[in-house]
Amino acid sequence: MSAKKSVGHHTSVGSRVFDALNIMLLVGLALVTVLPLLYVLAGSFATESEIASRPFFLWPEKFVTSTYEYIFATDTFVRALITTIVVTAVGAVVQVILTLTMAYPLAKRYLPGRTLVLNLVIFTLVFSGGMIPTYLVVRDLGLLNSYWALILPLAINPFYLIIVKSFFQELPQALEEAARIDGCNEMGVFFKIVLPLSKPIIATFSLFYAVGIWNDYMSPLLYIDDNSKWTLQVIVRQLTSANAENALASLDSVFFPVEGLKFAVVVIATLPILFFYPFLQKHFAKGVLIGSVKE
Amino acid sequence: MATDLAPPPVKAVPRKPRRRDRLSVGAALLRYRWLYLMLLPGLVYFAIFKYLPMYGLTIAFQDFVPFLGYSGSEWVGLAHFQDLFTGPDFGRLLGNTLILALLMIVFAFPAPIIVALMLNELRFNVLKRSIQSLVYIPHFLSWTIVASLTYLLFSVDFGVIANWIHGFVGGAKVDYVAQAEWFRPIIVMQTLWKSTGWGTIIYLAALAGVNADQYEAARMDGAGRWRQFWHVTLPAIRPTIVVMAILTSGNLLDASFEQLWLMTNSLNRSTADVFDTFVYYVGITQGGYSYATAVGLFKGVAGVVLIFGCNWLAKRLGQRGLF
Repeated sequence: MSAKKSVGHHTSVGSRVFDALNIMLLVGLALVTVLPLLYVLAGSFATESEIASRPFFLWPEKFVTSTYEYIFATDTFVRALITTIVVTAVGAVVQVILTLTMAYPLAKRYLPGRTLVLNLVIFTLVFSGGMIPTYLVVRDLGLLNSYWALILPLAINPFYLIIVKSFFQELPQALEEAARIDGCNEMGVFFKIVLPLSKPIIATFSLFYAVGIWNDYMSPLLYIDDNSKWTLQVIVRQLTSANAENALASLDSVFFPVEGLKFAVVVIATLPILFFYPFLQKHFAKGVLIGSVKE
Repeated sequence: MATDLAPPPVKAVPRKPRRRDRLSVGAALLRYRWLYLMLLPGLVYFAIFKYLPMYGLTIAFQDFVPFLGYSGSEWVGLAHFQDLFTGPDFGRLLGNTLILALLMIVFAFPAPIIVALMLNELRFNVLKRSIQSLVYIPHFLSWTIVASLTYLLFSVDFGVIANWIHGFVGGAKVDYVAQAEWFRPIIVMQTLWKSTGWGTIIYLAALAGVNADQYEAARMDGAGRWRQFWHVTLPAIRPTIVVMAILTSGNLLDASFEQLWLMTNSLNRSTADVFDTFVYYVGITQGGYSYATAVGLFKGVAGVVLIFGCNWLAKRLGQRGLF
């Protein structure tokens, strides 16, 4: 590298122009990200005529809640909302329990057969049976139109499993040894020592899994035919897709806010995610990094 | 992942004989019964929902009739693959899948790298963190939401973006979501919107790991901002880029099923149909299990070939591979 001329970091004109441009572009990017969401939120509180007439707004001229009133008075929506909340909560618990109990033995380097199991797990990341064979397995198990079909086929995410396994490997072994000497079996060590130390990661992965189930559209599409068992994502899809008219025609009432409904249902499906977002961001980012650095 | 797949070291390091060398299977099962008991539910899960479907791939070589089952159905060898390769759909599916994959390589892959580098140059920490918080959000939203937003913003009647474009360009109103030629641009836009922000995390982590001394040394040598970027920053994230490229190559053909399915309609199928959505269409809605499985298997094998091919290429080019 030639030592021609030291270009001052903060002083040169070019450098400042670059900084200004950089900031403008990044702020623009942030706006492009959030403005659609804010528009939909505002639109869900606007009247039908305002949605149709105003091109873009972040605050409705006339603030109405009639869309939400309609939604929460309609059986189809209320049922889907309750279904989705229950399936998400139960599913996340089941999935996190299965993940933790499998990750713990895999974290024990001395366990015979551990490497074989790990390799079998990793192989599923590269290759899978695919949609139809999995569908046939679910069908043969009699899980079609069962809520368990939304939970069990995705019960253990191999990536999460490997991250949790790495976390368990990092735990101080001295405590576990002490408990073993005191006569605890491995199960006791797991429940009395390991789980209490793992609260943050349990919380994190419960949310990981919950977001996955909440957002899942493919599973209900594949495994649920029964309209009365629709989840929220299916409702969102039915209302906003290109052929929404058919779905709308099947609703209970003749008169309803057609456009506002689309906005409001998107808001309802998004809000819980945004509510947990600060927590998600903090821990997801960490999870991503643990996974990538450790493995 | 890399460590677990690494072959055992060739030279044996002298160490205490490990327990596993001495224990018989029965003794191991007895000694570690609690650990194996805990392992069991997970093993059952992987057996049923991951490995049983792999066995189920055999129906790609049969004329599978659900009533007759996996063993009772008639074997037809490679007939379904023959149908696929010589049939009218194959060219369109392969073309659409490859074009989408190419668009992802050109647009979606570099975008997070560029944004991460831009964020890295941003020195106002509060602003930097606020921007990060905002651009991560879409990662957590479902494809259903993204598709709905697209329909709302691009609809002919009142879509904001559709109206803006109409205002600029004039002419007849375009129904973007129902046009074959607009399918790909919309998919690329969606992917950029949803994944770019989140994708920066891994690169930002690599950038944060760069020792400040390196910049200091570069400055001492008279390197300006551009040359610091070129000689310090870029080399620092190159290994990350390579690993991400290999990982991406494995997913290239998995053109996100949910995303594409949600944007596909009867009017844009000529550009929208890819292997994944075709498998659903043929297998689930038409009940052509065997043919659909054959299509899926072809795609899966092609994906494996791609990921190992890219890994091999990376190693050939002197980079650290994934395995």
